[in-house]
Amino acid sequence: MAKEYETVIGLEVHVELATKTKIFCGCSTQFGGEPNTHTCPVCTGMPGSLPVLNKQVVEYAAAVGLATNCDITRHCKFDRKNYFYPDNPQNYQISQLYLPICRNGYVEIETKDADQNAVKKKVGIHEIHMEEDAGKLVHDEWGDCSLVDYNRSGVPLIEIVSEPDMRSADEVIAYLEKLRMIIQYLGASDCKLQEGSMRADVNLSVREVGSEQFGTRTEMKNLNSFTSITHAIEGEKNRQIDLLEAGEKVVQETRRWDDVRMESYAMRSKEDAQDYRYFPDPDLIPVEISEEWLDELRAKQPEFRPEKIERYKKEYDIPEYDIEIITGTKRMADIFEEAAALCGQPKKVSNWLMVETMRLLKENNMDADQIRFAPEHLAKLIQIVDQKVINQTTAKEIFEVMFAEDIDPERYVEEHGLKQVSDEGALRKTVEEVIAANPQSVADYRAGKEKAIGFLVGQTMKIMKGKADPGTVNKLLKELL
Amino acid sequence: MGILDCTAVELGKKIQAGEVSVREAVEAVIEQIEQTEGTYHCYITWDKEGALRQADLIQKKIDAKELTGPLAGVPVAIKDNMTTEGMLTTCASKILGNFVPTYTAEAVRHLQEAGVVIIGKANMDEFAMGSTTETSAYGATKNPWNPEHVPGGSSGGSAAAVAAKECFFALGSDTGGSIRQPAAFCGVVGLKPTYGTVSRYGLIAYGSSLDQIGPLCKDVTDTAVVLETIAKADEKDSTSILRNDTNFTAALIEDVEGIKIGIPRDYFGEGLDPEVSAAVKKAADELRAHGAIVEEFDLSLVDYAIPAYYTIADAEASSNLERFDGIKYGYRTTEYEGLHNMYKKTRSEGFGEEVKRRIMLGSFVLSSGYYDAYYLKALKVKALIKQAFDDAFEKYDIILGPVAPTTAPKLGASLSDPLKMYLGDIYTISVNLAGLPGISVPCGVDSKGLPIGLQMIADCFNENVLIQAAYTYEKIREQLQERQG
Amino acid sequence: MANVITDETIEYVGILSKLELDAAQKEQAKKDLEEMLDYIDQLGELDTDGVEPMSHVHPLCNRFREDVVTNGDDREHILANAPEEKDGTFVVPRTFD
Repeated sequence: MAKEYETVIGLEVHVELATKTKIFCGCSTQFGGEPNTHTCPVCTGMPGSLPVLNKQVVEYAAAVGLATNCDITRHCKFDRKNYFYPDNPQNYQISQLYLPICRNGYVEIETKDADQNAVKKKVGIHEIHMEEDAGKLVHDEWGDCSLVDYNRSGVPLIEIVSEPDMRSADEVIAYLEKLRMIIQYLGASDCKLQEGSMRADVNLSVREVGSEQFGTRTEMKNLNSFTSITHAIEGEKNRQIDLLEAGEKVVQETRRWDDVRMESYAMRSKEDAQDYRYFPDPDLIPVEISEEWLDELRAKQPEFRPEKIERYKKEYDIPEYDIEIITGTKRMADIFEEAAALCGQPKKVSNWLMVETMRLLKENNMDADQIRFAPEHLAKLIQIVDQKVINQTTAKEIFEVMFAEDIDPERYVEEHGLKQVSDEGALRKTVEEVIAANPQSVADYRAGKEKAIGFLVGQTMKIMKGKADPGTVNKLLKELL
Repeated sequence: MGILDCTAVELGKKIQAGEVSVREAVEAVIEQIEQTEGTYHCYITWDKEGALRQADLIQKKIDAKELTGPLAGVPVAIKDNMTTEGMLTTCASKILGNFVPTYTAEAVRHLQEAGVVIIGKANMDEFAMGSTTETSAYGATKNPWNPEHVPGGSSGGSAAAVAAKECFFALGSDTGGSIRQPAAFCGVVGLKPTYGTVSRYGLIAYGSSLDQIGPLCKDVTDTAVVLETIAKADEKDSTSILRNDTNFTAALIEDVEGIKIGIPRDYFGEGLDPEVSAAVKKAADELRAHGAIVEEFDLSLVDYAIPAYYTIADAEASSNLERFDGIKYGYRTTEYEGLHNMYKKTRSEGFGEEVKRRIMLGSFVLSSGYYDAYYLKALKVKALIKQAFDDAFEKYDIILGPVAPTTAPKLGASLSDPLKMYLGDIYTISVNLAGLPGISVPCGVDSKGLPIGLQMIADCFNENVLIQAAYTYEKIREQLQERQG
Repeated sequence: MANVITDETIEYVGILSKLELDAAQKEQAKKDLEEMLDYIDQLGELDTDGVEPMSHVHPLCNRFREDVVTNGDDREHILANAPEEKDGTFVVPRTFD
């Protein structure tokens, strides 16, 4: 009988923090930019340069720790991790080994079992530490060399190290989604796997079901989507089981996942000693987090999704499905709450978000946190429809512009002369023209084909370039016919 | 008295008074350099044209009363481990042989704001690793008192330049005695401030937790003035300290009445040259005669300072020097196969023997399996040493002793046995471990005609008492010398 | 307790510190390292149980920068000393295959 195996997975998740500047210097963290244009002596490891810690990094890291039920280390320090690689200008990375800022936390995840029942589980967080990101290396297509750009060097990261508590790819994805939600709600990062602002290294081992001891684990890097994480877990699990079945041993090593070939390969080199010679960075002094500071950070913790969902259910008369979607991102929830408060019509706000916003996001291949329009503009749009300043058709057109450029709908209506015409006198002439020009439809209507009036309304709207109040047009048509 | 015989402060006064122009001062120094540099080799880089250009600019500002401070127009030497924008900065290493920084060290910037003229970059032991200035990749500096002897190190070029009148004062850096010991060997005054007093921004690090920049001067007055100029908190250096007690010139008071001076018995044991011992004890007697309370005591742990120091300094150095890899600046080997071979060849060719020795020791003591036994142990011993000094400063204002066990050794006598060279740092090293301020003042000349230095150490942030005692001692000695004719 | 540094150890330290030594240098390095480690071993004579390792001499903490961009484009300066430069980047030997 074949042995049954269990997969044991722990994650090291790197998250790029949403600070304006790098962790140890005043260079911008903005994406893009020509190579090395966001650099200075500090983040390029120039001789004599010294690091000074960005306070916001500590605040974000501690906030994530609080939100994930961690103990905050009241006296934490930075250490140097020494290894030579060109993306690392000092050839050491400033990180935290001995006294990381957060420890002993957990998050609760929910997965579905085989019968589609919800299963809750706690995933332990071993620690969260602050560190600096490395620069970017690109291979030069024209020569036998690589090119280094230090724009990303020194961008602040937190590394969230989980306990080996996960047993399947589903749990891993649920854990990552949970982390992402929490961190996005905190505004500490946008957590985009594709763009590398969230990166996961997977530590995986297998053992026979029932075994108390962990098997030898490997670490897989270069996983930049949920799909590749799922594939990598499946692939590595099978590779390890095959090894064990063949009577061989799993080697503890770092492996790189290749998404194209769908397999992992060892990243070993005889020049990699994997001996990082960590020691306290003498250039940086300890961080002391006082009770007062901690209280401030606690007070700043936002309302997270579960509480938000409960509150929405009580406060707003909108479908549960809508609540799920709207609270799915902090950005969407913020827009909803603000716009609803401004216009007093949560249902309409929810409709705009659920229908038009979702459609445009999908069409533009965007995430909700990339929404640009201001909530007050959505509120205004709803109000001017209510006030019949514009009709629904015009509103949709304006919304598209608003979605793209965040224009003020009221001013836009002014500037583009989009005010709907509901003045009967002004509309009567057009309606009379339409009746004269469409004798067939008029005849149809008079013959009892009620629907023919729709065509006549459409024709009127066409001439009025959509600005006519459909109610008034309807009324006039009926009157004149 | 010629221009070159002036102290920095005397020269500054003459310049303000219009008796000497900045250009005259610079020309006098350059003439001296042209005559003696061939013998002493104090500088790695010196720039006649640049110095004259600076002189004219500064003169204009002085004439316009924009620069009225005591150092305006004074020609200085900067140790070559401090970055100077637009001026070659090599750290006396081949690996930085072509490095022209685009930013200036904070301490140097403060001097520039005060209106000094930078003559050039002083020779040193490579990356400040050495006690003789013989490990420089650009040749050894010779002691101006006797060119067959070393000037000490690692700030040997700075000390020799002051002694040889090739500048009016110099900046050095002190990680384990690198200002005080060459000052003693060259018969000048050298002060290592409390850790954190002078910004390390732009100082190319050796042992970051120990490095401090400080002045090497002709007398204590110059020392106080220069220290006052460079002792400023810096937002760019997380270890720098905001002090509001940096009015050091106010401590230039001739009075040691009631100052409590402790002399560690442990400093006068085996290995100390009898002539040095006698000169230091005589100095203590003179201070006692002028009202100081002087007594002997046991400091303890003296022998453990050197092993603790070399463990910590080399560990930090092994990491600090990783950035020299042939990618961003400096030397890159010409032929290599692949990345790691490039690293290894660049660094093996670019660093000298002593630097490599320390990098390897430092890498070893941090490596897996040895960290606790060596590095962590050394940090604990450092805590004990600090405690021993804390205890001593409960009783004493000043600890007095020799700077080095001997006067300047002959060229070539030290390098063959590194450990023996390290032992020469015994009196200076613990001051760095404990972050204390220490000063070296001349206290005599031995039978070979080489100067002897007296070291005084104070508790952290007590440079004032140090300066007061050193100033008083300097006056006592002047009077003695006058009496002796 | 004399330390013995093996060929493997010197080789390993060479990998850690990216230094390449020829045979004679290796022998010298082994000797130097052994001698220094023997010397450092005397720290073991001190009882340091319960002593907190001291990284910084001053009990300072919390030196921060505010999160404000202060640096602009300084590429020209940053690349000024590069041994090899191309299109605004530092050129290094090929790092992956």
